Amino acid sequence: MTDLTQPPTTLSGLRAGQSAVVDRIDADDVLARRLLEIGFFPGASVELVASMWPAHDPVAVRVGGATFALRRQEAERVKIR
Amino acid sequence: MNAADLRIALVGLPNCGKTALFNRMTGSRQKVANYPGVTVERKEGYYKSASGRRYRLLDLPGTYGLTPTTLDEAITRDVALGRLTSEPRPETIVLVADATHLPLSLRLALEVKRIGLPMIVVLNMTDLARKRGYTIDCDRLSKELGTPVIETVAVARGGADALISHLDSLPSDFSATPPTTEWREPSAEDVQQTHAEAARILTASGYREPARSEFIAAADRVLLHPFFGLLVLGTLLFFVFQAVFSWAALPMDLIDAGMVSLAEWVRGSMPDGPLRSLLADGIIAGVGSVIIFLPQIIILFAFILALEDSGYLPRAAYLLDRMMGSVGLSGRAFIPLLSSFACAIPGIMATRTIPSLRDRLATIMVAPLMTCSARLPVYALLIAAFIPDRDVGGFSLQGMVLFALYFAGVAGALLVAWVLKKFRGNSDTHLLMLELPDYQWPRFGNLAFGLWERARLFLARAGGIILALMVVLWFLSTYPAPPAGATGPAIEYSFAGQLGQALAVVLAPIGFNWQISIALIPGLAAREVAVGALGTVYALSGDEDVVSTALSTVIASQWSLATGLALLAWYVFAPQCLATLAVVKRETNSWRYPLIMTVYLFGLAYLAAFATYRIALWFSVGG
Repeated sequence: MTDLTQPPTTLSGLRAGQSAVVDRIDADDVLARRLLEIGFFPGASVELVASMWPAHDPVAVRVGGATFALRRQEAERVKIR
Repeated sequence: MNAADLRIALVGLPNCGKTALFNRMTGSRQKVANYPGVTVERKEGYYKSASGRRYRLLDLPGTYGLTPTTLDEAITRDVALGRLTSEPRPETIVLVADATHLPLSLRLALEVKRIGLPMIVVLNMTDLARKRGYTIDCDRLSKELGTPVIETVAVARGGADALISHLDSLPSDFSATPPTTEWREPSAEDVQQTHAEAARILTASGYREPARSEFIAAADRVLLHPFFGLLVLGTLLFFVFQAVFSWAALPMDLIDAGMVSLAEWVRGSMPDGPLRSLLADGIIAGVGSVIIFLPQIIILFAFILALEDSGYLPRAAYLLDRMMGSVGLSGRAFIPLLSSFACAIPGIMATRTIPSLRDRLATIMVAPLMTCSARLPVYALLIAAFIPDRDVGGFSLQGMVLFALYFAGVAGALLVAWVLKKFRGNSDTHLLMLELPDYQWPRFGNLAFGLWERARLFLARAGGIILALMVVLWFLSTYPAPPAGATGPAIEYSFAGQLGQALAVVLAPIGFNWQISIALIPGLAAREVAVGALGTVYALSGDEDVVSTALSTVIASQWSLATGLALLAWYVFAPQCLATLAVVKRETNSWRYPLIMTVYLFGLAYLAAFATYRIALWFSVGG
């Protein structure tokens, strides 16, 4: 679970309306490459548009002029700062 | 195909307007089929330019990059690389970029350019982008990219003219030498590098990003809200269902009446004989049983296409992903399952948009449990016969039973999906990663074209199968003819009748008599045919309305309530539709899944009917 006392370290820790900057995506698998392809590259700014109840899964994220819906396990791969 | 045709492949992001451009350029000169061995749709079209040159366009599945995550995306890569033996390599690539959304498109362009094929970059939806303040220097962009750059508005008349005249100006041998560069799959590093390069090119070309519309941001705050979003979706679905059933009633009655009078006319104007019977009872009834669903399918698809065009459907998938995920389905299964309420066939065809093969198979497996409209005549007959027409707590009891039957189908689907999930374990990583495109007003031309295409596909694919099956079943129910001096209805002596009587032994424990068992056999062609078949068995004649009114009196007096309820339960689950099974066979390219589906659905139907029959018997004895 995300520790709410610390600033979130992944995309899935953000709450609706919050913004952050992508730090990195670890590993080089198909999922990582697809996340990079759709714009989650280091330095990209992201904004969480909405998240579903009850576990913030999936989330809707604004990145580089587009909005994507990501499942939790996808959002957790995107490390933010 | 002509050897001299210039072969062009359209490549682009999902939702970039690629298909609209394809439709704009080729009009109705399209051929839709599958790539051999896989269930990826292959869309090809032709056009002839003013200069007389012929072009062959291939609309490749949309993708964000050349590293595939789905079967569709693998096809795009393989065709572009000339790896498919069945598909000659395209001579040039038209890369369709969404002007409202350039960075990702340009990155893809840079990646595709490395393949080495001649490429033209098309900036599409420039009308929309300009309205939001987009500017770009196309000449500079073309210089930076090293490819021609052309602006189009695919949805507007004449919006593709610039591209068409550019293609015409190319020398006919401009791509005579195939590319020789060695291609390697891009690494994560390459992806980042192409992003950086795309950003640099955009800055150099004086690109100003179109502003995000405040309206869209505000709409998403409500429509993606966990509570209000679901509320809006629920209301919308309720309205769509109301419309599908109430608006389609009139055209369906008209088609029905038309088919009945056509059959009457054939009966009246031809001498009695096998040919007359084949025409009237086999072919006309068969064609009629297919096109009667066309109004519902068209209305449902009009809504689905309008919602799709508007950009709302992916949001519905987002809202439902969690719920559907808990039983092992993807949010993307929402659209196919919604279509299945009209008819499982277009629903199963719509599962092609689900990237994970397992998710797709799970969706196909449960699609027939959605109450399709072919069940309605059967439900209507049995409800009228056995459920008293009275109000309970302000609601019609008959209506509540109908709702319960729909609900039983959905609940059954969730249960089956959940069981499938347990079977296959959780090893698969499921991707959602769905783009939620900007909202747009649906365009009428687009809608009309899409509807026409769906209707054509439905009639061609389902029509052929159902027609053939109807003819076979007509044969089984007509031959051999009853012996001289026979007293029972003719069908009793036919192959179908013999089969039905044998089946009755198996079906007796769930309360079905031999008349029902016989009617189930022609009912395999299409569920509603069972009503007509029951009429035949009980030797009723006249048009369908007379038959079903008379029939409901007959069965109300001859069947027990338990039998009636058991038959209702049977119809919730039974795969009483060979056309659906045939489509599953084609979509999955194997006999395995239609076989599994047949066995499990008959199994469920038997269990449900057995339980219903026994419980109802127990209650009627007890009460």
